Amino acid sequence: MLKGDLTTRTKTYQSEAVIESLIRVLGFSTIGFVVLIFLFLLRQGMPFFFQVPWANFLGTRWYPTFGLFGTLPLILGSILVTLTAIVIALPLGLATAVFVREVAPNWAREVLKPLIEVLAGIPSVVLGFFGMNIVAPLVRTTLDVPTGLTAFTGAIILAYMALPTIVSVAEDALDAVPKSYRDAGLALGATKWQVIWRVVVPAARSGIVVAVMLGLGRAIGETMAVMMVTGNAARMPLTLDSLFRPVRTMTATIAAEMGEVAQGSVHFQALFGIGIILFVLTFLINLAAARPIFQKRRRGGLR
Amino acid sequence: MNKFVVQNLNFYYGKFRALSGVTLTIPDRQITALIGPSGCGKSTFLRCLNRMNDTISGTRVEGKVLLEGQDIYERRVNVTDLRRRVGMVFQRPNPFPQSVYDNVAFGPRALGTVRKSQLDDIVEESLRGAGLWEEVKDHLNQDALSFSLGQQQRLCIARAIAVKPEVILMDEPCSALDPIETLQIEELMQKLKVNYCIVIVTHSMQQAARVSEWTGFFWLGELVEFDSTAKIFTNPSQPLTENYITGRAG
Repeated sequence: MLKGDLTTRTKTYQSEAVIESLIRVLGFSTIGFVVLIFLFLLRQGMPFFFQVPWANFLGTRWYPTFGLFGTLPLILGSILVTLTAIVIALPLGLATAVFVREVAPNWAREVLKPLIEVLAGIPSVVLGFFGMNIVAPLVRTTLDVPTGLTAFTGAIILAYMALPTIVSVAEDALDAVPKSYRDAGLALGATKWQVIWRVVVPAARSGIVVAVMLGLGRAIGETMAVMMVTGNAARMPLTLDSLFRPVRTMTATIAAEMGEVAQGSVHFQALFGIGIILFVLTFLINLAAARPIFQKRRRGGLR
Repeated sequence: MNKFVVQNLNFYYGKFRALSGVTLTIPDRQITALIGPSGCGKSTFLRCLNRMNDTISGTRVEGKVLLEGQDIYERRVNVTDLRRRVGMVFQRPNPFPQSVYDNVAFGPRALGTVRKSQLDDIVEESLRGAGLWEEVKDHLNQDALSFSLGQQQRLCIARAIAVKPEVILMDEPCSALDPIETLQIEELMQKLKVNYCIVIVTHSMQQAARVSEWTGFFWLGELVEFDSTAKIFTNPSQPLTENYITGRAG
């Protein structure tokens, strides 16, 4: 071997190449699996959209045994429960994040942050159980409605499930706001609260949007807890009091009916069709969540 | 007339003593420059004048800082009121990631001014005062971070004077700027000193010599010498000062 020959392939070089290609294969296969799952979903679900006329699957009645596959009440049910959950969770989550980051003393922050993140690990069936036995009766008695298993009950449980995500991500966003902004605000004679609400929170806005979107993504896909507490009546939630009536979500429909459906039947395909709709919705939400992140990255610079 | 009278000021970061026995008076409507090597305490001293060091935990102050005769470290002093009277411009331009207008209007809004016409007047007046109006009057709704660093720093000055303070503290305001932008800031300071008491911390001795009437030289947390700028730069009474300004120490 010539000394100083730069083209020599040493042994380390070869093992590096092996490791690198292995990592590449693993990385691409992850993407591959997601694509495969989506293809499987399409193969099972797409026939539904061709076999059943538009008027039927965009109808307002979901009675698969009578050949009525109106998905609208399910889609609206999911949206109603999820949006209500976010309306509850956003102010709570933001306030908690502000408290943890801006108000709580250091030692409390060290305890609170991991504690809140642990909440995300509570199995949803446990929360569903809690919702059925504690929240639902409470809703029934305090609001004086016929049943406590309502969209509102589901929204409360979902809000609770989305909270850890929202708090954790929003807290990170607040944490990333440079001290120089806070100093500038304080040096102008603003009070601590004025600095928080007029400088820090607006500066963290994109991160807070991401937090909400991630919470939303988690909420809309949630199945078990929702199925246990929303009452599962596939009715159109159009009236004002729908929030305090039972609804049925897309996820709960799939979970409840998949077990007893004949494989390959129209009903079977309809459930996969709902799966496709859900997938697209979740995908759009995640895309919306990713946008501010990409924008920030492109902008870069002084922050 | 004296704006600040500082008597025997000690300052601690935890156990570390960053300032010892600083005593000086800062005159109104003139520029006072503080020079010295990095870590000598000049920025710490500046931040004692509007109590910005309060935001750092584990710090402690001894001695007196009198603003027009009132001790600003007295228990009943309202820190936000103090900071409205003693504004500050930082080393790196730090406009909020908001529009030019919102940046300047921040202070007045925090003070409770909400009338649009009133805010418009304050914004224009402050931007004119900072020599920035002609450059930004058609871009008031543009993101402040899209301007050059020099413009951002003048925007920070406009934001500071929008609350009509009596004192403007400047912590190395030109260290992130190029020579032309630096010159603009220095010219601005000459205009501002007609109405304000200005205290500037600077690394550049030329800058101190160019802009200030009074100069204080800090060394290892102590004020070695405080005198008229002309005296400090031509005939300092302390050999350490002479060594520093001639480049033999520091």
